[in-house]
Amino acid sequence: MDVILFTFFGLVAIVGAVSLVIQKHPISSALSLVSVMVALSVLFLLLGAEFIAAAQLVVYSGAIMVLFVFVIMLLNAGAERESRKAGLAQFLGLPLTAVLLVFASYVITQSMSNAKAVKFGAFTGGGPREVGWALFTQYLLPFEVTSILILVAIAGAVVLARKEID
Amino acid sequence: MDFILLSILKTAIAAPVLLGTLAYLVWIERKVLAHVQLRIGPSRVGPHGLLQPIADAIKLLTKEDFIPSYVNKFYYWLAPWLALMFAVTAISVIPIGPVVEVFGIKTNMGQADISIGLLLILGLTGMGVYGIALAGWSSNNKYSLLGGLRSSAQMIAYELPMAMAIVSPLLIVNTLNLREIVNAQAGYTFGILPNWNVLGGGLQIFSFIIYLICAFAETNRIPFDLPEAENELVSGYNTEYSSMKFAAFFMAEYCNIITACSVATTLFLGGWHPIIPNELGGQFIPTLVCVFFAGVLFYHALNPSRPSDRLSMGAIGAVILGLGLMFQVPGVKDLAQPLFWFASKAGFLIFFFIWVRGTVPRFRYDQLMRFAWLFLFPAALLNLLVTAFIVALKSN
Repeated sequence: MDVILFTFFGLVAIVGAVSLVIQKHPISSALSLVSVMVALSVLFLLLGAEFIAAAQLVVYSGAIMVLFVFVIMLLNAGAERESRKAGLAQFLGLPLTAVLLVFASYVITQSMSNAKAVKFGAFTGGGPREVGWALFTQYLLPFEVTSILILVAIAGAVVLARKEID
Repeated sequence: MDFILLSILKTAIAAPVLLGTLAYLVWIERKVLAHVQLRIGPSRVGPHGLLQPIADAIKLLTKEDFIPSYVNKFYYWLAPWLALMFAVTAISVIPIGPVVEVFGIKTNMGQADISIGLLLILGLTGMGVYGIALAGWSSNNKYSLLGGLRSSAQMIAYELPMAMAIVSPLLIVNTLNLREIVNAQAGYTFGILPNWNVLGGGLQIFSFIIYLICAFAETNRIPFDLPEAENELVSGYNTEYSSMKFAAFFMAEYCNIITACSVATTLFLGGWHPIIPNELGGQFIPTLVCVFFAGVLFYHALNPSRPSDRLSMGAIGAVILGLGLMFQVPGVKDLAQPLFWFASKAGFLIFFFIWVRGTVPRFRYDQLMRFAWLFLFPAALLNLLVTAFIVALKSN
């Protein structure tokens, strides 16, 4: 059952990611990205990272992508016109992508050669309590630094938006 | 028993009940609205219009499914089912009763019992906005597009104070699992005041009010039903829809109302716990309520205002009386009483939603946004700060 679900949602994520790139219309691309996010959230859930799965669903597919879709609809962006492809990219695009993928998987398998295989249901420390505990003890400094960074970003956005209005 | 088999069995019970509730919620809404406005409401199909939902369902199923030529076909087709799917899925994590034993099988009343229940509901209801936004966009119609845009902006704006209002009671109960949230609200202060989060459990009355206001906005209900404001936008995002696709939007909206009210019940109103301790007679309240309503119906059967009332009022009164006696049957009692309390609390909130619809006029869109960002969000933040402060003081 776990393997079937993993395969299905893994495929959904890959198809969504490819479709994100090749779709012509911005709305279709945005929705492909949403499907990738939802599929990723299910994959997190399958691996026992419950809190991350919920956060992925609430934050990425529920909030950020809604904002994306909202802006695309507000600007009423139409389908993109296909640009003239550069000659080199037309011939070397796909082979180079394949080379990159092979190289990346080689590096990952080499650097993690002693990692054990993942078992479904083996990891149980992904609930909200465990994640919260880890964030406020072991990773307190990175957590606080990230919070300040986001606060600065919000303040910056407000200042920039105000300048535009005046 | 096998987990999958049990889940399928529960779904087989829950799904028809849910769909029936959705259908009759339309009838209840029309009836309540009618009486608020001094009308009679649906009264032609069956006694008191009770068969109206069935007639509506047949009408919507057999109606021509008209697809305008200028729509984006794929997304136009996808949108209503997306909205309905997320709305229905969200209900699955809500616990409607304690762990019970039926035919020797121990199980919890409710579909899924997971550690991230509340977050999952927030996530799934947040996903529901895609259905509405896509419907507005794919219809290729200015009114629909405006409806879809309004809906997404409204959802984003009101999700923040809603989350803040939810966090305050969470600080007190200290868990995200909906079943544990309800269990934390068991018991009574001074033996009489229930330990619900809105009462004795933490006086979360402000969180409750903020949550309710946001729930109105999230479910696109009056006074925040700007996405389908009919005197500005014809019918908003669902203008171009007909037949079952239109019905899907309708069902999704009612499903979202049920979810919002059930979440309010579990978070603030103590879920299935009775309002008076069982030792002080709380277990007899369901029966007393049923006997009262049966009495009213019998009175109207004996003094009919219409000739047909003699039969219909009497029959419905007998059914309700039987229901009331069922609450005292030893084996059924443990199952039926929690259901009664949960349904009556959620049902009252749903009634409140309809009541407000009959009472309050619609906001203007700029008022809606100003209210969310300049009043509701700071208020929710302040409420959260005060709650956190009190919880910190208490734990020391």
